[in-house]
Amino acid sequence: MNVSQLQSTVNLGIKSLLLHKLRSILTMLGIIFGVCSVIAMLAIGEGASFEAQEDIKRLGSNNIIIRSLKPPEDSNQQNNSGGSFAVEYGLTFDDSSRILSTIPGVKRVLPKRIIRENAIFGSEMVPVQVVGTYPFYPEMSGAELAGGRFLSVLDDRFKQNVCVITTGLSNRLFPYQNPLKHAIRVGDSYYRVVGIIREKNTADQRPQSGNMEGEALDNNIYISLATATSRFGETIVRRTSGSFEAETVQLHEITVQMENDESVFTADPQIRHMLNVKHDKNDYELIVPLQLLMQARKTQRMFNIVLGSIAAISLIVGGIGIMNIMLATVTERTREIGVRRALGAKKTDITTQFLVETVVLSIGGGLIGIVVGLVVPSLVTYFADMKTIVTPWSVIIAFGISGFIGILFGLYPARKAADLDPIDALRHE
Amino acid sequence: MTITSKRTIIDIRGIRKTYVLGEENIVHALNGVDLQIVEGSYVAIMGPSGSGKSTMLNILGCLDRPSDGEYFLGGDDVATMEDDLLSNIRGKRIGFIFQSYNLIPQLTVIENIQVPLIYQGVDLKDYYDRAVELATLVGLEERLDHRPNQLSGGQQQRVAIARSLINDPLMILADEPTGNLDSKTGLEVLDLIDQLNESGKTIVLVTHDPKVGDRSQRVIHMKDGLIDRDVTNR
Repeated sequence: MNVSQLQSTVNLGIKSLLLHKLRSILTMLGIIFGVCSVIAMLAIGEGASFEAQEDIKRLGSNNIIIRSLKPPEDSNQQNNSGGSFAVEYGLTFDDSSRILSTIPGVKRVLPKRIIRENAIFGSEMVPVQVVGTYPFYPEMSGAELAGGRFLSVLDDRFKQNVCVITTGLSNRLFPYQNPLKHAIRVGDSYYRVVGIIREKNTADQRPQSGNMEGEALDNNIYISLATATSRFGETIVRRTSGSFEAETVQLHEITVQMENDESVFTADPQIRHMLNVKHDKNDYELIVPLQLLMQARKTQRMFNIVLGSIAAISLIVGGIGIMNIMLATVTERTREIGVRRALGAKKTDITTQFLVETVVLSIGGGLIGIVVGLVVPSLVTYFADMKTIVTPWSVIIAFGISGFIGILFGLYPARKAADLDPIDALRHE
Repeated sequence: MTITSKRTIIDIRGIRKTYVLGEENIVHALNGVDLQIVEGSYVAIMGPSGSGKSTMLNILGCLDRPSDGEYFLGGDDVATMEDDLLSNIRGKRIGFIFQSYNLIPQLTVIENIQVPLIYQGVDLKDYYDRAVELATLVGLEERLDHRPNQLSGGQQQRVAIARSLINDPLMILADEPTGNLDSKTGLEVLDLIDQLNESGKTIVLVTHDPKVGDRSQRVIHMKDGLIDRDVTNR
């Protein structure tokens, strides 16, 4: 078969398909939906996991985060007595230094103390989170300095009343002013603003102590840990509707930065074991972003397999639709097949003719499906506000499968047509 | 005398065709037929149904192979030829004209005329002029882009005749070419076939209509799978 022959066969195939436009379009629909759903579903799956993975990556893949948790039995006791006494729980300075000195592969340990207070400047009062931490906090959290400086080692050593505020807080407390050098009042003390930082909007900024209220995550004041301990003490008292609630918590969070990804896995059980020995109560939780990331990836793979299978099934159903129609077409055109055989067509010519028709159907459907498949994810993004990512390989796979299905499901009807006896075919009414 | 000096293009010797329909039901459609047809002759094969005339037509047209015997078409033994080669022979050496025209509905007149060329693996453009020439010969030069359903029966049969000529075959094999036509258009078609024969084409025509058979030079009457009478008209 030469090029001009193939060309005339393709032309003929298209002509035959155009003869029954509605039927051809309906047949193509199966493939269109199949290809479209492969691309769209993979795009949605990819987009959903991308966001989750980005969130986790922001926590730092070689970090282990330990948070203080209020143990459940304590809340019960409190309810029973109905009175007011301090609950002591959570991570301690000892935990922090013990991790740094005993666990191999630890690079840095960043403890945090988080106190919720109101910040007052002039007539403005804003509820804030006071975060007591170490000077290298920005390096580990990825926050950027927007002005001034961050806390220094000297601030910590001399328990200076200086603070760094987030841009969000700066905008609320000092609208249209430069907050640097001004002092803000938090609790009983005044703190001089020495710097402004821009936080990445991460999950670990969420308030740790007390109830979660609908507060902006960005209202943070950073002071040195030593200052926080000396100014606020270890016991935090909160008044709620007449009664009060006191908590003694040394540290709310410890971020352990490991040398590399591998040491994360060895350190995780070691830290768990160490804390387990030192804490009677279950008053902490360990978050390993790397593990979460791997879980997320695993989930994504599952998700992709499930979505991909559904889409593949719809492609196969589309293929069966094509086969069904082609079988009907072969019966309908039996006479034509007989005539062509009489006029010199070989079996392979007939096979090719019908195969070309199914391939034109499936590839045509595939191309339309790709266009629809590229549009659907953006509609999903627009209406459902979900991130979607169309990966090039999903387009290639979808298109490849549609072509393959055209050949696979076209082969049987085409062979059936070719194997017809020319005499019977000519006599067919 | 002039006939014998011409080349024999069809040489059939002792052809049998047996259909096994069941264990006890074996039909002998042809019981050892001998037939020679020379180039340029006009032969009609006649006979009642069940006489083996359709089987004869199928074997002559290389659509079927005999169970036994020899068949030389233009010097080649086609009785035992494999399917692909046989297809090639059909396309190149035989021009079919059917009772029900058998044009391909999705193609135009000119495209229908060109169909046999597709399977010869030639470039259709090179033969376009010849296709137009043949359309002119059958009087359809004005309707090249019409589809079969836009043509009358007589016109469709004339397209089929033009199609049968495109590969310049050794013989035209016509199966009841006027069977679906009224007598007037039937005569027109037969006139056209006569004209082809006069220009040197070999015509083998299968019919049950004696009027059609009378126009040929030689009438072969078949009965019970054998040649009953072989009559030369002129």
